Amino acid sequence: MAAGNPIRQATIGEIVGIMLAAAAFLGLLVIAAKTDHAGYAFHAFLGMAAALASVFLIGNRCFRPGTGPAPQEIDGRPNYNMDPVKFGVIASVFWGIAGFAVGLILALQLAYPALNFDLPWINFGRLRPLHTSAVIFAFGGNVLIATSFYVVQRTSRARLAGDLSPWFVMLGYNLFIVIAGTGYLLGITQSKEYAEPEWYADLWLTIVWVVYLFVFLATLAKRKEPHIYVANWFYLAFILTIAVLHIGNNLALPVSVFSPRSYIVWSGVQDAMFQWWYGHNAVGFFLTAGFLAIVYYFVPKRANRPVYSYRLSIIHFWALIFLYIWAGPHHLHYTALPDWAQTLGMTFSIMLWMPSWGGMINGIMTLSGAWDKLRTDPVLRMMVVSLAFYGMATFEGPLMSIKAVNSLSHYTDWTIGHVHAGALGWVAYISFGALYCLVPWLWNRKDLYSLKLVSWHFWISTLGIVFYICAMWVSGILQGLMWRAYTSLGFLEYSFIETVAAMHPFYVIRALGGALFLIGALIMAFNLWMTVRHGAEDAAEADFTRQPQLVPAE
Amino acid sequence: MNKHQDTPHEIDAHTGHTTTGHEWDGIRELNTPLPRWWLGIFYATIVWSVGYWVVYPAWPLISDATKGVIGYASRLEIAQDLALLQQQRAAQASGLAEASLEQIKADPALFRIAMAQGKAAFGDNCSACHGVGGAGAKGYPNLNDDDWLWGGTLADIHLTLEHGIRVAGNNDTRISQMPAFGKDGMLKPAEIRDVANHVRELAGLSTEPGADLAKGREHYAANCAACHGDAGKGSKELGAPDLTDAISLYGMDLASLTETISNSRAGVMPAWSQRLDATTLKALTVYVHSLGGGQ
Repeated sequence: MAAGNPIRQATIGEIVGIMLAAAAFLGLLVIAAKTDHAGYAFHAFLGMAAALASVFLIGNRCFRPGTGPAPQEIDGRPNYNMDPVKFGVIASVFWGIAGFAVGLILALQLAYPALNFDLPWINFGRLRPLHTSAVIFAFGGNVLIATSFYVVQRTSRARLAGDLSPWFVMLGYNLFIVIAGTGYLLGITQSKEYAEPEWYADLWLTIVWVVYLFVFLATLAKRKEPHIYVANWFYLAFILTIAVLHIGNNLALPVSVFSPRSYIVWSGVQDAMFQWWYGHNAVGFFLTAGFLAIVYYFVPKRANRPVYSYRLSIIHFWALIFLYIWAGPHHLHYTALPDWAQTLGMTFSIMLWMPSWGGMINGIMTLSGAWDKLRTDPVLRMMVVSLAFYGMATFEGPLMSIKAVNSLSHYTDWTIGHVHAGALGWVAYISFGALYCLVPWLWNRKDLYSLKLVSWHFWISTLGIVFYICAMWVSGILQGLMWRAYTSLGFLEYSFIETVAAMHPFYVIRALGGALFLIGALIMAFNLWMTVRHGAEDAAEADFTRQPQLVPAE
Repeated sequence: MNKHQDTPHEIDAHTGHTTTGHEWDGIRELNTPLPRWWLGIFYATIVWSVGYWVVYPAWPLISDATKGVIGYASRLEIAQDLALLQQQRAAQASGLAEASLEQIKADPALFRIAMAQGKAAFGDNCSACHGVGGAGAKGYPNLNDDDWLWGGTLADIHLTLEHGIRVAGNNDTRISQMPAFGKDGMLKPAEIRDVANHVRELAGLSTEPGADLAKGREHYAANCAACHGDAGKGSKELGAPDLTDAISLYGMDLASLTETISNSRAGVMPAWSQRLDATTLKALTVYVHSLGGGQ
């Protein structure tokens, strides 16, 4: 035997991990051999490759010296597990740019339909879910998992629970993304908006998500702080509710284990209601609660100020959780959905206005005493502007849920503009802020490579967002008014195709806005890359120093 | 137990509010009371919602839901809206329903209404194939010219609209079936080339130098003249296009002609009587007739 390379006894977790991966490999081999669907076989091979890689990666740990399960603490300080977080940060930037780029292609296809090139794989219908899934689940999801793993450790002063589990969550989630995305391009979809992946991808995500929940809960359970920090309430609400929504909306009967197709158990208006209960709460608990958790950690941290109001955080948290879950029916105004359900969806959306704004107030007002930093710190500026967009989108949302407004706005580009005010202005900006904070912290750098480039990113992409939203407001309202215009004789003034033709200039402006947003993200990727590669090392790990303006009460 | 619990309830110098006394990774929280305006608006939205529940259908019961005090139902609302619209259209619609196509064409008031209704119906039913202005495209006839496949009189257009073109199961539909001379082995490729060149000759277009025009004429007389006529003037009764004019549905270049003769063409149009009411069909007839080519 070679000296100095002792083989370590595998832990129980490692043995179980290898056995599960090996069993998955064999099961997938049977499926790959017996299915007659090429895309499904491709996914089986993808799963086999992942299972095989898992066996080798886990087994290899036993051959490397000194890589037993990591200690919980070193010299009395928590031994944080930041490697999965680093992976999540890199994946976020990668998927973000991929998702924005596909969005730009779609915007150009809408303005110039010839860009579909008559190819099935890149036509609008297949690229559209690729874009929405890439930005929401791949970009947003990686940001949420990475930041939640970071924040729960730091605010609990405890190492992430589990040895292999955090890696399983991180890599397993990204495997789901790859299966979902390639499935869309190959034409595999169950045609439920924001829930397009078929039954086997859904099952895999369920497993990953339940492990995620357990890792998060177990980390909280061994915390060294007496109380659970508010950011973790929001993360927990996000993880738990997404699990419930995902399972409820995706209950389906597969045609066979050898077929990628399935039938959803819900039908008719019940299916529609389930879909929008899911769809709206994906907005509420994925894109709102999760990213509010980011606000509650990164804004006070970056501003170096205490959170504005603990009381407001409690009240708006519970109000948000209780009210959001009812608001889904406002997506089905004036449809076969019974009137009473439409009423509830609309009124709960109205009541949701202030609870949503509670997060904005708490985020923005945390800067009181540190407003001057907006001039000098473009990262903080990005996060504050993100909260402003959040406030605007959560005012616009309840407004659009009012039936009279909805009868004009529904099915028009106004909805697309509203969604992107939230997605670009709020979700992406708070994510960029968190990434700009996290990269120097994780890679132990003094600061970012260039704050000036952050400023460039901020202004270019803000201009892009403004172009995007304004174009969609004008186009959406114009569209809505043209659809309902009658001549004095009582006949429709415009044919549908005339309203489509009228949208063209706004689609071009929208594509311009999207291009600017993508350019901003590329600047960010360059800046982060240079920070990791060439940033100055931070000599001592930054210790929190007490804020001077705090004095003990009498 | 926790080092941060030793110094609770500090006062923040900037805001004057106390903190909660906890600290997480250096983050503290102030005990700032809820903003009054925030709470006020929150309560107002709740009060408004409760009021809305009283007025409109809102809460599900065991087998039904609360109805609200004003008897609102969205189906009732749409029924009322449609009734209003129908009332507005009623007078003019009865005029159109009773008048013949010729009378509508001759009466300025009726004609104005028919054109308005026809334009709206055309935009949402016909423009997808024939174009917004009726200019057509390859395979979809131009409705602005006076070259008609099935006749351009009001009665002809009305019949075409009512029963469509090559609609399966419709006994009155317009139907013609040119054979696929190549696919079905009736003519050889070289013969098809000669026929195609002869058709171009009939239309006064240039022909290929190598083509045998005499043979082409021979094959044309044997296979095509029955419908298209010896001189290629076509027949509206048979739906056979005029081959001598400059207007062509699928193109007069050699490649298009070869494709047409080899594989035939058989465009279809829906029977609109299955979808539109009689008045709308009349209005549409007058509208199409007035686009420029009506006879």
